Amino acid sequence: MAELVQLFFAGLTTGAVYALVALGFTLIFQASEVVNFAQGEFVMLGGMVTVFAMKAGLPLPAAALLAVLVAVATGVLLHRLAIEPAKGATVVTLIIVTIGASILIRGLAQIAFDKQFHALPAFTGDEPLRVLGAAILPQSLWVLGGAAAIVFGLWLFMERTLLGKAVRATAANRLAAELVGIDTRLVLALAFAVSAAIGAVGGILVTPITLTSYAVGTLLALKGFAAAMLGGIGNPVGAVAGGLLLGLLEAFAAGRISSTYKDGVAFIVILLVLFVLPRGLFGRRAVERV
Amino acid sequence: MNRRLILVGVASAALVAAASATDAAEPIKIGSFLSVTGPASFLGDPEKRTLELYVGKINAAGGVLGRKLELVVYDDGGDANNARTFATRLVESDKVVAVVGGTTTATTMAAIPVLEDAQIPFISLAGGIEIVEPVKPFTFKTPHTDKMACEKIFEDIKKRGLSKVGLVSSTAGFGASMRNQCLKVAPERGIQIVADERYAPGDTDTTPQLNKIKASGAQAIVNADFGQGPAIVTRNVKQLGLDLPLYQSHGVASKSFIDLAGPAAEGVRLPAAAMLVPEQLPDSDPQKKVVLDYKAAYESTQNQPVSTFGGHAYDGLMLLVQAIQKAGTTDGVKVRDALQATKGFVGTGGVVNMSPTDHMGLDLSAFRMLEIRGGAWKLLY
Repeated sequence: MAELVQLFFAGLTTGAVYALVALGFTLIFQASEVVNFAQGEFVMLGGMVTVFAMKAGLPLPAAALLAVLVAVATGVLLHRLAIEPAKGATVVTLIIVTIGASILIRGLAQIAFDKQFHALPAFTGDEPLRVLGAAILPQSLWVLGGAAAIVFGLWLFMERTLLGKAVRATAANRLAAELVGIDTRLVLALAFAVSAAIGAVGGILVTPITLTSYAVGTLLALKGFAAAMLGGIGNPVGAVAGGLLLGLLEAFAAGRISSTYKDGVAFIVILLVLFVLPRGLFGRRAVERV
Repeated sequence: MNRRLILVGVASAALVAAASATDAAEPIKIGSFLSVTGPASFLGDPEKRTLELYVGKINAAGGVLGRKLELVVYDDGGDANNARTFATRLVESDKVVAVVGGTTTATTMAAIPVLEDAQIPFISLAGGIEIVEPVKPFTFKTPHTDKMACEKIFEDIKKRGLSKVGLVSSTAGFGASMRNQCLKVAPERGIQIVADERYAPGDTDTTPQLNKIKASGAQAIVNADFGQGPAIVTRNVKQLGLDLPLYQSHGVASKSFIDLAGPAAEGVRLPAAAMLVPEQLPDSDPQKKVVLDYKAAYESTQNQPVSTFGGHAYDGLMLLVQAIQKAGTTDGVKVRDALQATKGFVGTGGVVNMSPTDHMGLDLSAFRMLEIRGGAWKLLY
């Protein structure tokens, strides 16, 4: 029992980060049909900027805020300088553009920061909590709580604010949205900004557990993308479910089957799911927009 | 064929002798290819700085055999293809007499065929045991191997009266290689590997793997990896409250590991070179002076802390210089013969005793057993 609880929390914590990355993918994909492979770099920026701002003497909250602002600025610049000029390009071209952007951001981070790994102090101590015989880090609860708060906040924004409704309208049909007076350019920039902020917050929450370096974004982008596909890309609920599921799959595969093949096990499950449900677990039925 | 080679050898030796007779100022060319940039730059950069520093020092002191040294360094960026290309260039256009370089096992292995064909003595700075096992006539190396790290750790575990080990390693290069060596030497050392768990590079949680080790009845945990993985494992061991001795490899022998792992690093043991704790060595230790001198020379000129990696380059260059002096010539075969006859050379990595069947020449005494206490290294023995 204790072992299962341990694996469950290990999986949830890892999965929460995948979920936040997948959520970022989903937001941008919904608004613009761009698959943004620079999503992982926002997580990296969140962690790295916080680390270096704290080294420069800022307290954690101020450093974290600065990190989110840097990530948001990067996201908006990414949209302005790379995505918008390529408007009307094919999906593949846009993916290549975002991959190029992620390599650029990583390269700049390597120069601006350094190539070492860094840690942040845990927000509320390192002493693990005992839950049903399992040892849970308090920081894990921060990650889970933070992820839940982000998901809830995003839902409020999308469902209850005019701006959120504009985002959804743009996602549903950009031309129609423009016809009713929505500034779709602003909405797209907003999607990139919000995605960047979500990624950065995820990076800040998780760095005390996972450590960070300039290069952590690549793997997170891949895992987050897999999670988004598993849940059904374009569906926020699917993104969160896909992320948590991927984390749990990895943890249980490592703990119960074989740690050597845990990634393989996780990806085989994803392949099987996509084989049966090609649009993912929560994906909408295939509808061609004409 | 053999006879022709000998003839060529004699002829070239004669030419070299003639050349040095006519022009004593002709420099001795020593080649190097290092991963100064790229993923292994934290190894290659101090190696390059060390070679340049000491070639300068040797020349200022009058050079070798009355001739100056000339260092030719190429940056392979960690790419094995580049390493091979540069090795060819060193042989064919730079016409170097020996090579000290090869930051990683991959770049070293790519260059070996080129240098062996040209019969140029090659001292590699990489860790892999396959570089000198099986022995290749002209290839040597200075760093310790992962096999020795396993043996040193197992020796310490036996000293504690324990025998059941849970192994946790990364699936990437260094971790995978050390895991294989540990599995191989465990039976010889009376160690039983009761769990063999692995994680992927970049993994951020190893509690599932450690849980399995806990359930396996292991009496000690050995972690084979470098970079952020060992810090995660160390933190996870603390998180799970596993009350087992934890061993890391020489791959974590830098201050950043202690910083990353934080308080969880307390009590962790690891085998490491004397370079990490020169001040703690007893005065009777032959390495003490060598390591302290190198440390002082490096830190006063480079404005960065010394690392074991630069020390490997120091050892390689000094071994070569000693061999050239002993051979009295720069002829490849004779320098090779002098190199493998090296006895009692005290370097930063240990005391080197080479032989025709041992082209590394280090034994387990080259590794010190350290423990992390109060956030600092403590020399145990």
